[in-house]
Amino acid sequence: MAEPADGCSTLTTALFPTDGASAADWLAARDTRLRLLAAGLFALMTLSLTQFWTLLTAGLIALTLASAAGLTLRMLRGRLLALEGFMLFLLLTLPFTVPGEPLLTLGPLTASRAGVAQALLILLKANVIVITLLALAGSLEPVVFGHALARLGLPEKLVHLLLFTVRQIHLLHQEYQRMDQAMRVRAFRPRSDRHTWNSYGWLIGMLLVRSLARARRIMGAMRCRGFHGRLYLLDTPTWNRGDTWSAAALGVMVTALTTADRLC
Amino acid sequence: MAHIPDGVLSAPVLIAGAIASAGLLALALRRLDYDHLPAAAALSAAFFVASLISVPVGPSSVHLLLNGLMGLLLGWTALPALFVALVLQAVFFGYGGFAVLGVNTLNMALPALLCALALRPLLRRERPWSGARPVFWIGAAAGGAGVLLTAVMLALSLGLSGQAFIPAAQVLVITYVPLALVEALITGTVLRFLQRVEPDLLPGPRALEVEALP
Repeated sequence: MAEPADGCSTLTTALFPTDGASAADWLAARDTRLRLLAAGLFALMTLSLTQFWTLLTAGLIALTLASAAGLTLRMLRGRLLALEGFMLFLLLTLPFTVPGEPLLTLGPLTASRAGVAQALLILLKANVIVITLLALAGSLEPVVFGHALARLGLPEKLVHLLLFTVRQIHLLHQEYQRMDQAMRVRAFRPRSDRHTWNSYGWLIGMLLVRSLARARRIMGAMRCRGFHGRLYLLDTPTWNRGDTWSAAALGVMVTALTTADRLC
Repeated sequence: MAHIPDGVLSAPVLIAGAIASAGLLALALRRLDYDHLPAAAALSAAFFVASLISVPVGPSSVHLLLNGLMGLLLGWTALPALFVALVLQAVFFGYGGFAVLGVNTLNMALPALLCALALRPLLRRERPWSGARPVFWIGAAAGGAGVLLTAVMLALSLGLSGQAFIPAAQVLVITYVPLALVEALITGTVLRFLQRVEPDLLPGPRALEVEALP
């Protein structure tokens, strides 16, 4: 069997895979807004690169950041494999669909050098960006991440929705695991048949029913604490000298890499 | 599978996607008030968890998209709910990317909105005592249409980004057909289950829509 019977077994310990990573001091001390901005800027820069060596340099920087964020190779590997599923598909077709100097001929199909190069560039870019996102943003506590988004100008209502959702995902995932266990105790084995699909339909229905019950309890609890139609964000972001230096270093690095990419 | 990674799409597609989903998101947020936030969050969390279940189909297994069902149950709120789910998946799970967030949101949310506009009025007319059959079929239509429309939008975003992607995009649409069938069946079952167990979740005469929870 390709997948574990339970389908979520890898998630039983920690739903968020980057849980338990502890960042190096210099990274942990940075303002969270700076980390998110850096992740975004770095991603945009990576997208604009066109040369292999500049992309590989960006990849090295991304890996350095990931190790500073305390992400282990095991955490990264699992996440990147998920990405490669989609990529594989694209990468296998691209060499044959991009016109150019032929590299390899398979019957009626011809793989072009330009196609292979383009496929590899895409693969590199996607991976570098995901590593940076996981390192700079994904290793933050979801709550801290949400607050930083709000401080960067995302609508507060959206951020509150995100914060509530993160909390509820943990709770409902536990609920799901209880129901999944109850089904398996009754000898349920997922198969490719109508019975399985019906059972999953009921399972999802029950998840929704329980989530609504939770929502009602939350609302009751909020009312009882004097909720009057507004929520607040209570963090106080602080920008220190180290952040200024890091931002400057980031700026220099991004400019250097993009100019090098253009010139060489 | 419905998440396009970064680096694939061209800049015009990325920018158009970002602008369109930001505009829709702003509209949807204006319709959502703080009173209904907990319900919206709890339901989107339920959808998030449900999409982690791997459902066997033939020799392989799939994850449900559930955007059709979200559209039916949440209406406009499906938009911020899907956006939040995609942000969390990109940042904490590595599915998708940063610049494609807008396109990915649009690919999932536009079908959800269309299902909401087309099928919610039908569902609203169903009484709790009327038969289970029509409700099942409304659900099945939402489930199937949600997946197929998303597949078409995925193919469009790839095709518009470059000629070279067109063959891959065509194959991609075909791979979504089995998922659409299974999702139609499951969504129908979910809807029939909710009609019997918690009709308050469905838009209808006993309406307790997310937009109007107590």
